[in-house]
Amino acid sequence: MPANDAHAHAESPALRVQFDTEAQQKDASTLGMWLFLITEVMFFGGMFLVYTVYRNAYPGIFAIASSSLDVYIGAANTVVLLCSSFTMVLAVRAAQLGQRKAIILFLILTLILGGIFLGVKAYEWNEKFQEHHVPGSSFHFEGMQPDEQAHAQLFFSLYFAMTGLHALHMVIGVGMLLFLIRQAQKGRYSAEYMTPVDLGGLYWHFVDIIWIFLFPLLYLIDRHLKG
Amino acid sequence: MITAAVPERENYLNNAYGIKSWLLTRDHKRIGLLYLFTVTLFFFLGGAFATMIRIELLTPQGNFVSSETYNKLFTMHGVAMIFFFLIPAIPATLGNFFLPMMIGARDLAFPRINLLSWYLLVIGGLFSLFAMLAGGVDTGWTFYTPYSTTYSNSWVIATALGIFISGFSSILTGLNFIVTVHRMRAPGMTWMRMPLFVWSHYATALIQVLGTPVVAVTIILLFCERVFHIGIFDPTLGGDPVLFQHMFWFYSHPAVYIMILPAMGIVSELVSVFSRKPVFGYQFVAYASMAIAVLGFLVWGHHLFVSTQSVYAALVFSFLSYFVAIPSAIKVFNWTATLYKGSISFATPMLYAFGFIGLFTIGGLTGLFVAALGFDVHVTDTYFVVAHFHYIMVGGTIMAYLGGLHYWWPKITGRMYPEGWAKLSALIIFLGFNLTFFPQFILGYLGMPRRYHVYPDEFQVLHVLSTAGASVLAVGYLMPMIYFIWSLRYGKVASANPWGATGLEWQTPSPPPVHNFDVTPIVTHDAYDYSTVIGQEVEVG
Ligand code: HEM
Ligand SMILES: [Cu+2]
Repeated sequence: MPANDAHAHAESPALRVQFDTEAQQKDASTLGMWLFLITEVMFFGGMFLVYTVYRNAYPGIFAIASSSLDVYIGAANTVVLLCSSFTMVLAVRAAQLGQRKAIILFLILTLILGGIFLGVKAYEWNEKFQEHHVPGSSFHFEGMQPDEQAHAQLFFSLYFAMTGLHALHMVIGVGMLLFLIRQAQKGRYSAEYMTPVDLGGLYWHFVDIIWIFLFPLLYLIDRHLKG
Repeated sequence: MITAAVPERENYLNNAYGIKSWLLTRDHKRIGLLYLFTVTLFFFLGGAFATMIRIELLTPQGNFVSSETYNKLFTMHGVAMIFFFLIPAIPATLGNFFLPMMIGARDLAFPRINLLSWYLLVIGGLFSLFAMLAGGVDTGWTFYTPYSTTYSNSWVIATALGIFISGFSSILTGLNFIVTVHRMRAPGMTWMRMPLFVWSHYATALIQVLGTPVVAVTIILLFCERVFHIGIFDPTLGGDPVLFQHMFWFYSHPAVYIMILPAMGIVSELVSVFSRKPVFGYQFVAYASMAIAVLGFLVWGHHLFVSTQSVYAALVFSFLSYFVAIPSAIKVFNWTATLYKGSISFATPMLYAFGFIGLFTIGGLTGLFVAALGFDVHVTDTYFVVAHFHYIMVGGTIMAYLGGLHYWWPKITGRMYPEGWAKLSALIIFLGFNLTFFPQFILGYLGMPRRYHVYPDEFQVLHVLSTAGASVLAVGYLMPMIYFIWSLRYGKVASANPWGATGLEWQTPSPPPVHNFDVTPIVTHDAYDYSTVIGQEVEVG
């Protein structure tokens, strides 16, 4: 579209016309990503707020309901996710060094670990269906009065909303990894230009950190009350 | 649409033709015009609902529409006007067009995201439009639970989804603005040399980025509640409906500043140009925008004075609401001080700026009335509140928006608007506005509740006055529509800087070239240094 543009730069195909230098472009993209992550913090923040309010309102019921989650599976999944963050860091490092093969390898490892996490999550959700712990007309939590049932259901509503939203972010992350892998295979990234890998890393770590908060909130608090 | 026959020189309008060159453009100027077109449609849609509301209120009986329809009318009026007109109106049109130019940039930092955000607004708008055509919504623009989640039989979900999607449009616009201001300023354009229009858009963008995600998650919960009855806001399942109000207003109070801050930015530009003086206390005005953005997040509880909020919380929120009025007042004082001993010209944009200052002051002061606990218990949910926010949103924001459109019209289109008609319409709008909304203060004070269409006979006179005013106002709004379009073909050709203004956007031809400047400008002066334009021809004044 820019026909007779006085500012067209020939120096690099990756440099967009609105920027003067590649450093400026990279700065802008990075700042944009951080701002996006801030919006995500506010977004999940709303969820955490709701959770806090009801955890506070019904502490006993929430403790019992939360104890029915399988802490070992949750912990194992946490480890899987932390490992995926580690491989993501390695991918970014490889990109900085311009090692194309290594970028692809570590991105694929990250992808696999992310896939395992989602698989385990799906297994856990499926368990809830079988235990009738999914909110709705067939919801039933063993050994609770009818009004307590409602509050236990509230816990599981929040459980599904929060882990669901987190999983949705993971799925988007998986899509992003696939994109990065394809681009890396085409040789788009080099030591000079690796911004997308860098930003993808930021996003992946962010989604990880959300889980680091979700895990104790949903699985661990007041576990000793299980009795 | 905008296909003015501008001769030879290539500019952003004639460098490419055809529908694709618009729908796939990444030029912030063209995207600004796409937004202009879209929000104008929603403005007239919202206006159509308002017209029906005012017709119904002519008589004390409910004889024009049924109660159910009336509920839908005021809801859809609010939804169209707030989410699809006022929030995007200034930032996404004039902000999109001029923020990059004012800091000497070739475009926003992320042009593709900019285009995406327009599509999001359109898709969100279509969802809501679908809901309106399919049968409408009746919850009020505030969607209070549990009515919206459990009892309403109207198209809540489609409307809420529309608002959810358009929310991302707002977030992305804000994100783009923040990055652009941080990273794309021309050489010499320091923070303290930025036009106040840019400062106020920067503050607005912060609110968009920090506030909108919260309403997004609130809408998701509302959606889950309505579809799956998960109990978050349903008292019968142990949920708390007031929690919804807190989350909604945590966004929606700051959102009123999304609507007013950009308007304040326009007024700062206008007051300076048309009195040919630098804005008095530039730094105070700049920081006042930031203060408003921050304090605006701390006062949402003033919408819950009668909603089971604790007295102590209410006291604190009341107190903080007074605080937020301080930066707003600083701006009003500084604009007034700018006028002092200025050589004032009464061109149309300046008339709108004057209108803004007067009406915003009334709206802001009545904001303090309703922020006072004792008084608010008397007038809450009455027409007093309706008058308060219309003074700000219509008297303030729309006045400034029109002022800005007139001011920048020559830059956008390369044509002048007809000054005589424009002055006349500004006058009509001012008179019509006051006739419409001033009686509503009295109505509310006397006890007329909002959102009812059947009312005691003694209120009729004031309602008739208000409806008469609305008719005048409608004429006032239609006039610019007509002469703006007329001017595209017949308006006088505009020079690069018809007002003798100092902003960088005036240092480039009208309409601007594709990448705004033939040579990247180097900034050596403060924003409103009129010594830089002395001797330049001024066309109107
Ligand atoms: C000067 C600072 C302001 C203060 C102290 C203030 C205070 C208030 C208060 C206390 C209410 C609640 C009244 C009630 O429902 O009983 C209110 C309502 C409202 N205000 Fe303001 N306000 C201010 C500025 C603004 C601005 C700048 C806007 C818009 C651009 C605005 C728009 C609204 C709206 C839309 C409502 C009604 C919401 C609804 O219930 O539908 N206000 N204001
Ligand atoms: Cu408010």
